[in-house]
Amino acid sequence: MTPNPASESVLFGKLSLAAIPLHEPILLATFAVVAIGGVAVLGALTYYRVWGWLWRDWLTSIDHKKIGIMYMILGVIMLLRGFSDAIMMRLQQAIAFGGSEGYLPPHHYDQIFTAHGVIMIFFVAMPFITGMMNYIVPLQIGARDVAFPFLNNFSFWMTTGGAVLVMMSLFVGEFAATGWLAYPPLSGIESSPTVGVDYYIWALQVAGVGTLLSGVNLIATIVKMRAPGMTMMRLPIFVWTALCSNILIVASFPVLTATLALLSADRYLGTAFFTNDFGGSAMMYVNLIWIWGHPEVYILILPAFGIFSEVTATYCGKRLFGYASMVYATVVITILSYLVWLHHFFTMGSGASVNSFFGITTMIISIPTGAKIFNWLFTMYRGRIRFELPMMWTVSFMVTFVIGGMTGVLLAVPPADFVLHNSLFLIAHFHNVIIGGVLFGLFAGIAYWFPKAFGFKLNTFWGTISFWCWTIGFYVAFMPLYVLGLMGVTRRLSKFDDPSLQIWFVIAALGAGLIAIGIASFLIQIYVSFRDREALTDTTGDPWDGRTLEWSTSSPPPAYNFAFTPVVHDLDAWHDMKKRGYVRPTDGFIPIHMPKNTGAGVVLAGISTLLGFALIWHIWWLAGLSFVALIATAIGHTFNYSRDFHIPASDVVMTENERTRLLGAGA
Amino acid sequence: MASPVRALRLTALLPLLLILTGCDWVVMSPSGDVAMQQRDLIVISTALMLLIIVPVIALTLLFAWRYRSSNKDATYDPDWHHSTQLEVVIWAAPLVIIIALGAITWVSTHLLDPYRPLNRVADGRSVDQAAQPLEVQAVALDWKWLFIYPQYGIATVNELAAPVDRPISFRLTSTSVMNSFFIPALAGQIYAMPGMDTKLHAVINKAGVFNGFSANYSGAGFSDMRFKFHGVSGEEFEKWVADIKAGQGGNLDRAAYTGLAEPSVKEAPKRFQSVAPDLYDAILNRCVDPARMCMKDMMAVDAEGGMGMAGLRNVFERRVDVPGAPPATGSRFVAAVCTPQRPRDGEIKSAAATPIAFDKPLIDGAQPRSAGGMTE
Repeated sequence: MTPNPASESVLFGKLSLAAIPLHEPILLATFAVVAIGGVAVLGALTYYRVWGWLWRDWLTSIDHKKIGIMYMILGVIMLLRGFSDAIMMRLQQAIAFGGSEGYLPPHHYDQIFTAHGVIMIFFVAMPFITGMMNYIVPLQIGARDVAFPFLNNFSFWMTTGGAVLVMMSLFVGEFAATGWLAYPPLSGIESSPTVGVDYYIWALQVAGVGTLLSGVNLIATIVKMRAPGMTMMRLPIFVWTALCSNILIVASFPVLTATLALLSADRYLGTAFFTNDFGGSAMMYVNLIWIWGHPEVYILILPAFGIFSEVTATYCGKRLFGYASMVYATVVITILSYLVWLHHFFTMGSGASVNSFFGITTMIISIPTGAKIFNWLFTMYRGRIRFELPMMWTVSFMVTFVIGGMTGVLLAVPPADFVLHNSLFLIAHFHNVIIGGVLFGLFAGIAYWFPKAFGFKLNTFWGTISFWCWTIGFYVAFMPLYVLGLMGVTRRLSKFDDPSLQIWFVIAALGAGLIAIGIASFLIQIYVSFRDREALTDTTGDPWDGRTLEWSTSSPPPAYNFAFTPVVHDLDAWHDMKKRGYVRPTDGFIPIHMPKNTGAGVVLAGISTLLGFALIWHIWWLAGLSFVALIATAIGHTFNYSRDFHIPASDVVMTENERTRLLGAGA
Repeated sequence: MASPVRALRLTALLPLLLILTGCDWVVMSPSGDVAMQQRDLIVISTALMLLIIVPVIALTLLFAWRYRSSNKDATYDPDWHHSTQLEVVIWAAPLVIIIALGAITWVSTHLLDPYRPLNRVADGRSVDQAAQPLEVQAVALDWKWLFIYPQYGIATVNELAAPVDRPISFRLTSTSVMNSFFIPALAGQIYAMPGMDTKLHAVINKAGVFNGFSANYSGAGFSDMRFKFHGVSGEEFEKWVADIKAGQGGNLDRAAYTGLAEPSVKEAPKRFQSVAPDLYDAILNRCVDPARMCMKDMMAVDAEGGMGMAGLRNVFERRVDVPGAPPATGSRFVAAVCTPQRPRDGEIKSAAATPIAFDKPLIDGAQPRSAGGMTE
């Protein structure tokens, strides 16, 4: 598909018309759908004349709430792509039996499972988690925005730039066929001479900048911008988990960046860090990538734990049981997550003592995790549980996650791992914790905070359907994979000999179908809720009788979040304020100092994406040009002194009076 | 909430069912002693963890039911959020389980270390000290498995046999990319990696034909990288070896190996009646092509302090490992060094040349090859 490197042209590098996969009917059909959809969206935007509004109010916005929402939209779009890959894999594995090659040739199938993993982790889970933290953290600590609002916008667009590169690989060239962590020597230039791995590298490098900077931003926000009185031990638990998660990001993403940089040096410059020859060591890559990769799973799960804590306390109408031990458990998990990476490759021949050390440190993580589960359990104990959607997700999570935790500890026993490593048992395990933990947490969070962000609740009927399809669909899709793992079936196979396995794959495919209905119901739920927003509207800003500060302001919150910075006297600040008969101030408003929107983030990320594209295709002049443009734009932006403005007191008065009116009308 | 609770409870039982009904699944009913012990470990660890998992799931569902908001009979205590006794229990209970599991892990990881020679062939039957273990050198190629039997001087492709109850000592390496050598019925897996020598000890206790494959994705032909492992009686094994020796398989020398190493998919089993004695060593050290310096020699040179700037002239620009592939940028390797036994560069072009025994580092004696000799 990709032309011989010897035929690189000066103008287009490796890029030529041959890179367009015209001979792949599946890709052509996908392209047609995307193109028609894209043209329809662009047409609609033009027809309704919303380009200006979109650019001024959203794309260039440095408001953490809008950026948070854009992260969530990115996550949903990429979820659809990543899930299409999942459905294609399930279908292939369900039919490729008895001499049938299935409908996907190995080269295509291999790209699909690679893309599925990369997209689900980097462009679904990460944007969802980052978006959630972006939206909620400043509100929960009583701040008006994050510490570095422009950086926040830039981070978002860098993440999007990475996603654009991954999507582009679908139609221009190809994606990596190496598995989602691209182990060398398979990802080296000798075994993977095409642009697939280069797309992988540059998509992650571009997105990685965004992730790292948003980590720095949120740490600074949490450390420096808490409302007066909010000591560390009065932080809402979600903010604690966000803090730990971002510390993990800042400490581990540079390792990923460096590792991928070394891999690119091997591929582009002929160095020998991970090659077979010249004393390179591929195992060095495996170590480095998991030193990033293991903390990464805690980056995803910790904020989900935080969401469950908030949800449990709110819907049980009860203060969280064992707040202090919850905080300590989070911190212990944060530290321990750095001491377990080798459990991903017990089978590479480390000695028994090394293997046992990493096995036992892994098991130790289950102690604070277990303590967290018990804390949620005892928050429910003597509570008065309202089974709204977020609480349903939470109960389903608690049951599902402990099963995933159990199989995880089992995999941490090295001799057991020798028979389960790389098997479908492992696949079932990590989907068990990522779907049952991270994704259920995100859905709980979305249902919980949606009214805060949009001013109306989500429709419960479609939400309940989505919940049951996801929960049951998860078990139907992944329990068979546990079984197949115990039958000795390994991962990433595109076809099978043994006909007795087929039934399990068919069941798993049905499960994936149920999950598809779950995703569709979720989208319908958003649509129906938007349609019925009048009936579902929430005028109080506090529809669930919440406990933390985000519920003290209106839904959606005004641009400045809080007209007056709240003063915190206790954990669960808003609950405490309500209990002490807090009266909302209705006069004395002053102008509010706020950061100004800027297009610099979009431009910088756009140039970075172009730079990545040029490097992928060896278009050196474009790479040089875009690199210079990138630096020049960045320096140019430092001379932009028009960065802030004041919301006039009259505007604040107007906004707050409207809220007073709504509150009065609701009462 | 009645039906949801019931559905959740049923799904919670699923993993338990897996363990109970897992009797005919290969990982749960293997035929080799090592895999058997690994199976036992899975069962014991799972049982230990269920001690805490089952109560947690039961309590979750019980509390969810009992404290539902419509149940006004249940106690509601919104300010109860701390209990030192309970905190001690919720940290101590998992801790106790993990201490037990950790102890089991430490002991079993050492006992079942794949690098450790076996001391029993089955429960209660120790290894016969007089009998030598069967040595097998396994090489992962794109995309097939090569097995060399150094004690018998034969080699096979995608076919492996071993006598029942005789310990097998595997050495594993790979030619191009990472693979993982796995026969679920026999023992756990170990990676086969280029330039690296990994080990696995195992024994098969039942006669039969078992599946073996690569358990680590290695590229386009990965799904077909499967072979049959035959557990046979001692006599049958001797006969199998004799058949191969008497057969028409030919000799697996370096030239034959170079042909074999070319990527191929769905390779049918193949037998070689003889094999070059140092082949595995050459594959491992990445010097099947005699033009290349063996890794161990390179390391010996480096251990002596390296060749300094002169060593740079030893770099050879040629592509040999993946014939037919486009010339990749910067594809170079370290060429073999001239020695008294190999005085001229003419030998480099001959694939049949005997590799030198690089006993002593040549820093003092030999000169690096001239740059002119490096180009082809």
